[in-house]
Amino acid sequence: MSSRRIFARPARFAAIAPYVWMVLLFLVPFGFVLKISLSQTAIAQPPYEPVFDLTAGWEALKAAFAALSIDNFRLLGSDDLYVFAYVRSLTVALTATALLLLIGYPIAYGMARLPKRWQAVAMVLVIVPFWTSFLIRIYAWINILQHDGLLNQILLALHLVSQPVVWLSTDTAMYIGIVYSYLPFMILPLYATLAKMEPVLEEAASDLGAPPWQVFWLVTFPLSLPGVGAGVLLCFIPIVGEFVIPDLLAGSNSLMIGQTLWLEFFTNKDWPVASAAAIVLLVVLLVPLLLYERLQKRQLEQGR
Amino acid sequence: MRKVSRLSRFNIASLALGLAFLYLPILILVIYSFNASRLVTVWGGWSLRWYRELFNDRAMIEAAWMSLRVAVSSATIATLLGTLAAVALSRGESFRGRTLFSGMLYAPLVMPEVITGLSLLLLFVALNAERGFWTVTIAHTTLTMCFVAVVVQSRLGSLDRSLEEAAMDLGCNPARAFVAVTLPLIAPAIVAGWMLAFTLSLDDLVIASFTTGPGSATLPIRIYSEVRLGVKPEINAICTLVIALIAVVIVIASLASKLSSSQGESAAPL
Repeated sequence: MSSRRIFARPARFAAIAPYVWMVLLFLVPFGFVLKISLSQTAIAQPPYEPVFDLTAGWEALKAAFAALSIDNFRLLGSDDLYVFAYVRSLTVALTATALLLLIGYPIAYGMARLPKRWQAVAMVLVIVPFWTSFLIRIYAWINILQHDGLLNQILLALHLVSQPVVWLSTDTAMYIGIVYSYLPFMILPLYATLAKMEPVLEEAASDLGAPPWQVFWLVTFPLSLPGVGAGVLLCFIPIVGEFVIPDLLAGSNSLMIGQTLWLEFFTNKDWPVASAAAIVLLVVLLVPLLLYERLQKRQLEQGR
Repeated sequence: MRKVSRLSRFNIASLALGLAFLYLPILILVIYSFNASRLVTVWGGWSLRWYRELFNDRAMIEAAWMSLRVAVSSATIATLLGTLAAVALSRGESFRGRTLFSGMLYAPLVMPEVITGLSLLLLFVALNAERGFWTVTIAHTTLTMCFVAVVVQSRLGSLDRSLEEAAMDLGCNPARAFVAVTLPLIAPAIVAGWMLAFTLSLDDLVIASFTTGPGSATLPIRIYSEVRLGVKPEINAICTLVIALIAVVIVIASLASKLSSSQGESAAPL
């Protein structure tokens, strides 16, 4: 035990470099986002009025504080465009996460019931697409869903439709893209809890006369709830801020907040409004983020 | 015998459908990159035409080169920092600011990329840094070191700590025990972490778009601007090449984690 403590001291020193890096490049930048979200838009380079200038002394600092404005936030709250974008982001993320759970659960369940040797193979097969480029996977779907793409060709050949269906620039295409991209994030935590579950419990329930659906609802599903929680958070949080998938697959008449932020930043060059949008997005995601952190911590540090 | 009966027909069907759903689109993309026809949807026989055209596309080659350089440098720095962070978290017991530290490391794993990208850009602008190779590299390092930390930390957590303790009881100082015992045992996870960081960096569009400067586009930025204009056979070809590169990386990483699981019990989660 004492050697454990001796080992711990130098191990703590290992934290210094990554700690400093993360404070400077993860924590401090949020300060800049907050600061610029409170400043005025200017036609300049960079396109905002500087808020703080520490070299100018105390009086200037007081003046700067007086000049801070919450106009950008007021704009976000009053302009329907932004309110809709937030509402849409949350609805899309909720719907997509529910779809992911519905589709991912049977797959994870099937994996957990494979013989041990095949489980490892199945796990690699699910992880591989996660390593393959996000953008490329979305592009693959554009190939399939376009006007004269494979899906329409098959549907026409089977006489299921009489003329090509418009798939691209629809919410259907966006949901396909999101489910496709995030499926591994849902399957893996589900599989991890399902694989650890004792099969005896299910067997006992069915020996005692429970029909299969009751075994599932009363035994399997409640026991897999930690995995469900992890999967849901792992998908929901990034989907709320998703940019690439709705941009390439959904129509442009209703935007998600990630797209609005991108538009304000790159097209309108309105950095203060983009920053304010980022702050609001962060506040919206704060509770799920904290939940996720606790889960991750418990999972990684339980052996400590 | 019970094992076989546990696998119902429903299980097999959902597995088969799920895997088909995950793989078919990529397979179709790869097949169509060898299509001789300019029309993406009409099959005109096998051909390497689009690969030849790709090699004449200077902008695309330059973007690919930029992406490779960024991916290699950011993955290397991220592996170093991420491993240090993992060691501190799993072996450092409790230290001041530990909660903040782990919080900062886990948050970027799920944080929407638009937020990370925007905040880093505002920092670079405030510092008046010239945007290009180094700003993208630093940004990618910040994101990917968190993934490395998680992969290495889960490996450290599954290690039998009595090995390190035995080394020190036998007279090793902590540094020596770490290098001689711990490091070889977590080496496969470190390799896997590097590979993951490399592919994440190669893949990233959003953070790179925010933090790069004019004239230094990465491959995803280039592909994205082409994709917005529609499907082109050259894009299928470049995507196929990226998939091939990532496939090589995955094979190396899985060999490394196989090595790791033959030494210990559980492999890294990612």
